[in-house]
Amino acid sequence: MKLDCNINIHHLTRVEGHGNINIRIKDGRLQQAEWEVVETPRFFEAMLAGKRWDNAPWICARICGICSIGHTLASIRAVENAFGIVPAQQTQKLRLFLKHMETLQSHILHLYFLAAPDFLNTGSVFPLMESHPDVVLRAGRLKQLANDVCDGIGGRRLHPTRTVVGGFTMLPEKKELSEFRDRLSEAVKDLALTAELFRTFKIPDFTRETEFVSLKGEGGYPFIGGDLISTDGVLKREHEYRQMTNEYIVVQSTSKWSRLSRSSFAVGALARVNNNFKFLHPAAKKISLGFGLQPVNHNPFMNNIAQLVECVHVVNESLVLIDELLDSARMEPRQPVIPKEGIGVGAVEVPRGILYHCYEFDEAGKIVKCDCVIPTSQNHANIQHDLSALAEKCASDGMQDKDIELLAAMLVRSYDPCISCSVH
Amino acid sequence: MAGQDSFRSYLGVPVKRPRVAFLELSSCEGCQLQILNNEACLPDFLSLVEVVNFREAMTERSEDYDIAFVEGSITRSDEVERLKKIRGTAKLLVAFGSCACFGGVNQLKNRFSPDRVKRAVYGDAPVETDIVRPIEDAVKVDLKIFGCPVKKEEVEKIVINLAIGKAVVHPKYPVCMECKANANICLFDLGEPCLGPITRAGCDSWCPNNRAGCWGCRGPADAANVKQLKTIMLERGFSEEIIMDRLDCFGGFSAFTNAMGKEAGTNK
Repeated sequence: MKLDCNINIHHLTRVEGHGNINIRIKDGRLQQAEWEVVETPRFFEAMLAGKRWDNAPWICARICGICSIGHTLASIRAVENAFGIVPAQQTQKLRLFLKHMETLQSHILHLYFLAAPDFLNTGSVFPLMESHPDVVLRAGRLKQLANDVCDGIGGRRLHPTRTVVGGFTMLPEKKELSEFRDRLSEAVKDLALTAELFRTFKIPDFTRETEFVSLKGEGGYPFIGGDLISTDGVLKREHEYRQMTNEYIVVQSTSKWSRLSRSSFAVGALARVNNNFKFLHPAAKKISLGFGLQPVNHNPFMNNIAQLVECVHVVNESLVLIDELLDSARMEPRQPVIPKEGIGVGAVEVPRGILYHCYEFDEAGKIVKCDCVIPTSQNHANIQHDLSALAEKCASDGMQDKDIELLAAMLVRSYDPCISCSVH
Repeated sequence: MAGQDSFRSYLGVPVKRPRVAFLELSSCEGCQLQILNNEACLPDFLSLVEVVNFREAMTERSEDYDIAFVEGSITRSDEVERLKKIRGTAKLLVAFGSCACFGGVNQLKNRFSPDRVKRAVYGDAPVETDIVRPIEDAVKVDLKIFGCPVKKEEVEKIVINLAIGKAVVHPKYPVCMECKANANICLFDLGEPCLGPITRAGCDSWCPNNRAGCWGCRGPADAANVKQLKTIMLERGFSEEIIMDRLDCFGGFSAFTNAMGKEAGTNK
């Protein structure tokens, strides 16, 4: 039985941004387990003050290098809600399709490049190119497909160019959409193989009862806008998001923390599946049940599986969206924008959970006040509580240092944290 | 990667695979993700260089590298220390992306005092932040790769040149030339503001190809006539504010905007 342990992971790898894990066990008892966020803040909320409305989506995309499309869409929605603009059907469908492909791209990046190496006993995806070339090629194919669609709809996979308040600067050709449909149909097979791969992984058995927060589905699995819901029964409107996030400042983190009914809550793929399971595409539901994932699941490591389930969902739903777009007459890409005084909130489910942008405008359409609440910042407190509980369990089980270290790192990676985003 | 031959040849001349590190200061990490976003050529790229430090993608890290790609700008004193260490290690230090080259969007906060932005976001809680600076303010930079984000095709070309020892030369002409060559409709004719005529080319007019006007993320082209463009844009009905928003956005034109501010008698 191992009684003492001292773990200090400085700048945890295979996550976005800078965070440290510190665990100290003495005489078989947990002394300290800390999730520390040391990222430098960039002050996006402050830098937007005084800027015209059209700067917001362009600048806010740069909050995050992984979910720049999600930030752009949340920002656009906040501006449109403030100005009273309702996007056209065509715009809504194209935005959702774009959103789906960001979800696919980001989840595949996480599942294959960031999470899988832990289950396959390597430090990164790079050695897998020799040992498991088929796996790496498949990951590349899926990621490239998602990225190519993001180029085709949003103009660019990272920091999109065509997405603007009121719609798009230009539209994809119908021929491009048909090509995407063919490639997405092929992707269904690759996702089935992905599920097979993950079935060979041993997902750690660990649960801690948690409150899960996400958008509330209304006739569909929700991604862009709508009411907010928690598994503890809290229901709020989009513009009441602050009552859902309750941000506060802590010493151990340059990112703020959040709480709701308990000392912490979780957002992300697992939260969405837990709250909106019934709206998943039947194919996604089947995969989910095959992994024993059904609401309410309290194992944070199952977020990996929830991401896989969502990959299946977004690909299948995108096939439907493409058909609808191809069957309808092409409309003008962009609606006129008339700025006005007011406050607008945009809530969007990005890969790591629910994201909020809120802007207050003066009558000229200049930003008076800006607030962005990031999914990972909502998760930090929950990561901390999970880490404490996990370390406690490891201590009482008398696990070896290196096993505890790996498990702790895997726990944090399961949340797929986007740390620089959370500090912004 | 380990186990692979670390020598390649080009035109019969042996080429050593450089040991490469991707490192970041204050940034969105999007530029380094562009490397992973290049699925089709990733294996080829990785056979050309030996990636020894890339925290976002791999657990192993080495502090022994030839080329350091540094993304992000300086916003805190510990970043200066880190940067000096990197400079001491790297034979070639590359400022990777607009944040590293000019401060990027991060420098927009410099319009206000550090105290004011801190209070706006964190209240009275103690948080350290300084005026945002490009990395060449603290260390010598050997090469700049412009763009927000960097263009992966351009990065590849540059890395190939570095690996085989060829000089890296940036285009002297502006984005406008590439845009014309791509036969795009002029953004001015679509009523869109655009800094294409003064911004350094190399992105293949990425934004204008998508009917979005250029925001100048790559900084000024050689002999950019910023004043003349401003006159033309004002004549075309774009407000001073719209023009300045674009010139300010990524920090590449700060020398011009500071001079304009002084001329106008304002204290920017």
